[in-house]
Amino acid sequence: MADATSDTAPVLRLAGVHKSYATGTKVELEVLHGIDLALDHGEFAALIGPSGSGKSTLLNVIGLLDQPTRGRIFIDGRETSSLDDREVTRLRGRSIGFVFQYSCLLPEFTAAENVLMPILANRGRPDPEMRETAETLLEQVGLGPWQDHMATDLSGGQQQRVAIARALAMRPALVLADEPTGNLDTKAADEVFDLLRSVNRSLGTTFLIVTHDPRLANRCDRIVELVDGRIVSDRPNLHPVRHSSDAEAIA
Amino acid sequence: MNAFVPFECIAAIRFMREGLIQTILIIVGVTLGVSVIVFMSALLAALQTNLFRRTLNYQAQIVILPPEEVARPLRTFSGGTIAARVQPRSQRLQPIDQWQKVQEQVARLPGVVAITPIVSGPGFAVRGDANKAVTITGIESETYLRVIALADKIVAGKAAVTTTDIVIGIELAADLGANIGDKLRLTTASGSAETMTVTGIFDFGNKSVNERNVYIALRDAQNLLDLAGGASAIELNVRDPFMAEEVAQTIAAATGLEADSWIKTNAQFFSAISAQTLSNSFIRFFVALTAALGIASVLVVSVVQKSREIGILRAMGTSRGQVLRLFLIQGALMGLVGSLFGSAMGWLFLDFWRGIAKNPDGTPLFVVTVEPTLFLMAAVGATLIGTLAAIVPARRAARLDPVVAIRG
Repeated sequence: MADATSDTAPVLRLAGVHKSYATGTKVELEVLHGIDLALDHGEFAALIGPSGSGKSTLLNVIGLLDQPTRGRIFIDGRETSSLDDREVTRLRGRSIGFVFQYSCLLPEFTAAENVLMPILANRGRPDPEMRETAETLLEQVGLGPWQDHMATDLSGGQQQRVAIARALAMRPALVLADEPTGNLDTKAADEVFDLLRSVNRSLGTTFLIVTHDPRLANRCDRIVELVDGRIVSDRPNLHPVRHSSDAEAIA
Repeated sequence: MNAFVPFECIAAIRFMREGLIQTILIIVGVTLGVSVIVFMSALLAALQTNLFRRTLNYQAQIVILPPEEVARPLRTFSGGTIAARVQPRSQRLQPIDQWQKVQEQVARLPGVVAITPIVSGPGFAVRGDANKAVTITGIESETYLRVIALADKIVAGKAAVTTTDIVIGIELAADLGANIGDKLRLTTASGSAETMTVTGIFDFGNKSVNERNVYIALRDAQNLLDLAGGASAIELNVRDPFMAEEVAQTIAAATGLEADSWIKTNAQFFSAISAQTLSNSFIRFFVALTAALGIASVLVVSVVQKSREIGILRAMGTSRGQVLRLFLIQGALMGLVGSLFGSAMGWLFLDFWRGIAKNPDGTPLFVVTVEPTLFLMAAVGATLIGTLAAIVPARRAARLDPVVAIRG
């Protein structure tokens, strides 16, 4: 068991992960049938598959929001099944960032405060340098002037950018994005996607993006396809489409 | 965001601000509850203090008396019964055996704050043709005035008495037509008599006391009542008047004398006060319970409404403990803020009460003073109750499965 965190260990490794749900009867519904998957530092991978194939379940299990029924999950080389709830929460806060389909900002807080939330939850109380971190992150996602606006005053695309900044607040090694452009129009979706890509390039953050949009999947470096709870294909995308305009040309 | 406020507090305040109408409604509810409790408690305390003062002002809390003289039982003799009717003994005025020693002993008991010997017996006050039956009380001014607030009740002259001084009530003064400096003659059934000078006139606000009680120096009373050097009773006060009966029993057991507390001698009055206190406690309990249920129900709804946000917070690394505290703090804040407004409102009620509850002559019916500790207790109590009320919703929030919560 690789317990030590090292640069050589993959950011994420799944070994024979099964997940089933009790259905209220004696028959259990198995959603994931033995998933083996590894993501290295700086990878930019798409997870595709038809609806009901278990993409979201897999993402929740990877994000330590849900426990696998069987199998092991390593985050940064650290085995997670033996951790208690507190340790899981800590590991999740530090190592994994989330971007959900619906932006999921907290409506009670401003853009900057939303970005700070993971750091705040982790440290317990605010400190002045956190404010600078939030400003820097919001500038990175192009929302510098919007930092003091309430989350609810921002457009869908802007909210999603804040959510990305928030996912990066703790400088996690891995960001999980569940249909991050799902409810955005094409233009906003492209902008958000470009942003994810540029973060991946500049910070070397590993991304796993669930999408059902082949146009977006084609712009990733690697495409993992999940069907009926099994990985049916896992291939590198040797010629990822660089820009949204190219993607349109191909389409 | 203030650098010293913990994350949970910041989030709690924001959550409450977001559900502003709910927050305002529950705070208004807690405010009303606290104001009722503050108003009732202050009023009842004032009422009791007042009744207490009126009833107890001319009585000591505990009176130590010599044991009653009883007829000795007939000795039974074997082989028959004696036909006899046992007549109870008449109780003559008698001194407490070695009263100085008893006084020293009792003064050392915990809780005893003031103690004084008295000589008390019946007599007549005579002035000209007027002749009034009175209760003569011989006092040692220095110690007696610490037990009975006679000095506060003096309307003319002074309370302290020395040889041949007498302090009488205003009714008796009117009946005898006596004023400060006038002489009157005090006689007793045994035939002793003394001419006294009126040096003080008191008003206890009780007609029979004002008519009957006269105070003279202890030595004068000893002479008049044929108890040279003796004391017919020892009077004392304790720190907590409601503990008087317990102290009295301790004294009775320790000295073998009779010790009567005001609680025993005013049993009816005391049970009225107890009933008042009990009903007040009931009302307080149910008002607090209602407020607690209100807070709990608002928070239960809030947990359901905010389950998605809670899920997001959990996904971002917020621990179960932090979520738990986030809701406990909301409950505590609702209680605290409600209690602050409630205290202010209770104060306004009391002010209004002071305005309407007046004697015909415009003086207050009774004085309502509010202890600052009452407000402190209201604030601490309400905060605590709010926190307790939040336990169930907070635990629900902490147990939310983030996956389910985020999916909505």
